[in-house]
Amino acid sequence: MGFYIVQVLTGLSSAAALFLVASGLSIIFGVTRVVNLAHGSFYMLGAYIAYSLIDLFGRGGLGFWGGIVLAAVAVGMIGAIVEVLILRRVYQAPELFQLVATFGVILVIQDIALLVWGAEDLVGHRAPGLTGAVDIMGTPLPAYDLALIAISPVVLAGLWLLFNRTRWGTLVRAATQDREMVGALGVNQAWLFTGTFFLGSMLAGLGGAVQLPKGGADLLMDFNVIAAAFVVVVVGGMGSIFGAFLAAVLIAELNAFGILVFPEITLVLMFLVMAVVLIFRPWGLLGSPEAPGQKGQQGPPEQPLRPAPVRVQMAGVAVVGFLALLPVVAGPFALVLTVDILIFALFAVSLHFIMGPGGMVSFGHAAYFGGGAYGAALLIHYANSNMESAMALGPVLAAVLALVFGWFCVRLSGVYLAMLTLAFAQVAWSVVFQWNDVTGGDDGLLYIVKSAWADTAQSWVPFYLLTAVLCLSAMLFLRRVLFSPFGYAMRACRDSELRSHAIGINVLEQRWLAFTLSGVAAGVAGSLYVFSKGSAFPDYMSIPLSFDALIMVLLGGVKTLLGPIVGAVTFTWIQDEISRFEYWRFFLGLAIILLVIAFPQGIAGFGRRYLGPWFGIRAEEAQ
Amino acid sequence: MTLVVDGLFKAFGGVQAVNNVSFRLDAGELLALIGPNGAGKTTCFNMLNGQLRPDAGSIRFFDNELAGVAPRKIWRLGVGRTFQITATFGSMTVRENVQMALMSYHRRLFALLPRAAALYVDEAMALLDRVGMADQADRPCSVLAYGDLKRVELAVALANEPRLLLMDEPTAGMAPKERVELMALTADIVAERKIAVLFTEHDMDVVFGHAGRILVLNRGQLIAEGNPAEVRENDQVREVYLGAELGHA
Repeated sequence: MGFYIVQVLTGLSSAAALFLVASGLSIIFGVTRVVNLAHGSFYMLGAYIAYSLIDLFGRGGLGFWGGIVLAAVAVGMIGAIVEVLILRRVYQAPELFQLVATFGVILVIQDIALLVWGAEDLVGHRAPGLTGAVDIMGTPLPAYDLALIAISPVVLAGLWLLFNRTRWGTLVRAATQDREMVGALGVNQAWLFTGTFFLGSMLAGLGGAVQLPKGGADLLMDFNVIAAAFVVVVVGGMGSIFGAFLAAVLIAELNAFGILVFPEITLVLMFLVMAVVLIFRPWGLLGSPEAPGQKGQQGPPEQPLRPAPVRVQMAGVAVVGFLALLPVVAGPFALVLTVDILIFALFAVSLHFIMGPGGMVSFGHAAYFGGGAYGAALLIHYANSNMESAMALGPVLAAVLALVFGWFCVRLSGVYLAMLTLAFAQVAWSVVFQWNDVTGGDDGLLYIVKSAWADTAQSWVPFYLLTAVLCLSAMLFLRRVLFSPFGYAMRACRDSELRSHAIGINVLEQRWLAFTLSGVAAGVAGSLYVFSKGSAFPDYMSIPLSFDALIMVLLGGVKTLLGPIVGAVTFTWIQDEISRFEYWRFFLGLAIILLVIAFPQGIAGFGRRYLGPWFGIRAEEAQ
Repeated sequence: MTLVVDGLFKAFGGVQAVNNVSFRLDAGELLALIGPNGAGKTTCFNMLNGQLRPDAGSIRFFDNELAGVAPRKIWRLGVGRTFQITATFGSMTVRENVQMALMSYHRRLFALLPRAAALYVDEAMALLDRVGMADQADRPCSVLAYGDLKRVELAVALANEPRLLLMDEPTAGMAPKERVELMALTADIVAERKIAVLFTEHDMDVVFGHAGRILVLNRGQLIAEGNPAEVRENDQVREVYLGAELGHA
């Protein structure tokens, strides 16, 4: 009996940090509509800064708790600075563009933390007076867990008072419901947003700081917590603090007991919970449907698709010619880099296909890239398949995943859809990660050899040419589809669902097949990738790879067809150049932030505006 | 008879929004559905177009039952729609909006290779010509004036050669002169193609100027039905409208 009570209490105590982080994320998204990927970094900073402050102040009661509170305030200020210096410049950019900037912030903070606190994991200080254990019917429970359990309700009550008893809090609630209306009423939005970022980041910092005695501080905390925080926010319902609390408790308890029954399930459990909740309650447990006009469509409306003018076609032919001649002039390193660029360009184009014209944002597109990769790798390992047939059949696994996941995802829209794709991708990832007997788990599947004619040992040229032909054909095919009735119908469903229904379009079916087609194209890229690398790892399905694709599409410009290609080339090339430095993440993050501020419509959007006229792209009339 | 509505009921919570509504509509007829705010017009309309399922009653459209059928299937049976707030595809040109409806009508939505912009051009242009929008066919829909957008919607609604048109507040948000033009255009098209039209409307000039027959709803019930002259003289209708507007129409 005591054991079970302790298990419940352990669950409650681990819900604390989760709730603090998630509530901050929820508040920031609710008011500013920014999907703040850097929220996990604020959590990590909270832990590190608290560590240093407690060292500085001494480990007495005042030093410990004072250190924690000051760390939270410091992180809040860092959040406010990020908002003022970076995000404020890009609020007018298309929806979700801001998340690219926050991704840059993640990278910068990672390397700053590495520089300041080192690569070693830090063991947290014990809380003075709470170092022992409490005996609960014969089972010990760390005393500090009781403090953690108390923190969530206190913060929840504080937030409730803030939001219901202060003018500022009322404004935050109003902005969460209808941002435009609050703006129309003459509220200074700039300071509302900055204040929101301060509060949200402070909560993340507090979350990181209070878990210090239990979990310490390490450099992987940011990515580890961000997925969980998103799940909690989505399960609870966007913008609902009480929902976040409920979801944090639900997920922490399920984890506390799930680990007893089926330890392997803990990696996916929360994602399964999210998938189930979203299928039955598409707006989370306590959330409400997004109000119309809140979709956040910023900037000018998208232009009609026009076929490429002659000069653009000529430029395309020139690029193909350049790629064809590259093996003559370039060495093997350049060819290997170009293979990567081509593969990621196809991956980004496949994501853009559903995200831009399809209006369905996927945060988990790596599932299908990895699906194609593992499809091919498994065929090589278990079916004695050769390279050609593995490459052709590998994407079938991606297609199956996209058909199954897509069937659920296309029923949702906006951020909820994005989160469900993330959840499914994480489920796929953990299956690959944990099914050692079949997938090799973390060790991956090695020795994926190319056919003799394309073998690395002799030369990269044949494989490079194969990649170029396949990737270019696939990209041209997707482009062609966008100009076909299918592509038009997909755009119709995005532009006006109401009108689409009223002219007989089966919106769900149209979206479902578009989602699947995009998944297959990502799978083709993935199956090429395993042969280029000679192995398949769970990383190919992981969240960071999904984010990479997202960054490529948004950085290039989601409203142009060339955007994903430009984004993939830029991102892959910069990453390759910079990764030779010691603190390359810092510089990559900085480069991303600068690109975001310089090109708020994406690089290709910028190019279209200034180079377009010369290429014969006619300027469309503005509204 | 194009449309036979019989004993339609719909309640939300405790409110009986539509209470035993029955009427008929014949080809070539322009039937107006009017009533004060909250009378149940929109509820009634949304049951006909498939957005709401009636609690009871039947909606016969020729040989088909429409009650509870999905909007896209209702469209396939030959029912066109325009919306109170126009719903068009903003990232497409005027012609492409009509072509989109034609591609759906000809069941080409899953074709992956043909160039959509080259399909059904003549048919689309003929429809745009009919509503007076041919000269703006290449403009993006997102830059049109509101009155022009309403005409595009009408062309889109005609793409499936409908036998019934459902128009929700067809002239809402338009200038007075545009209103008259749009309704005159609608009346012409209805006459030449023998389409039945059911429309809701707030503007009494439009209603009494163009409707062949008028249904008056109040608190979910049909309180009057007849030609404009009969409805204008109806005491109950005068009472509902406080005698103000109708007397001077």
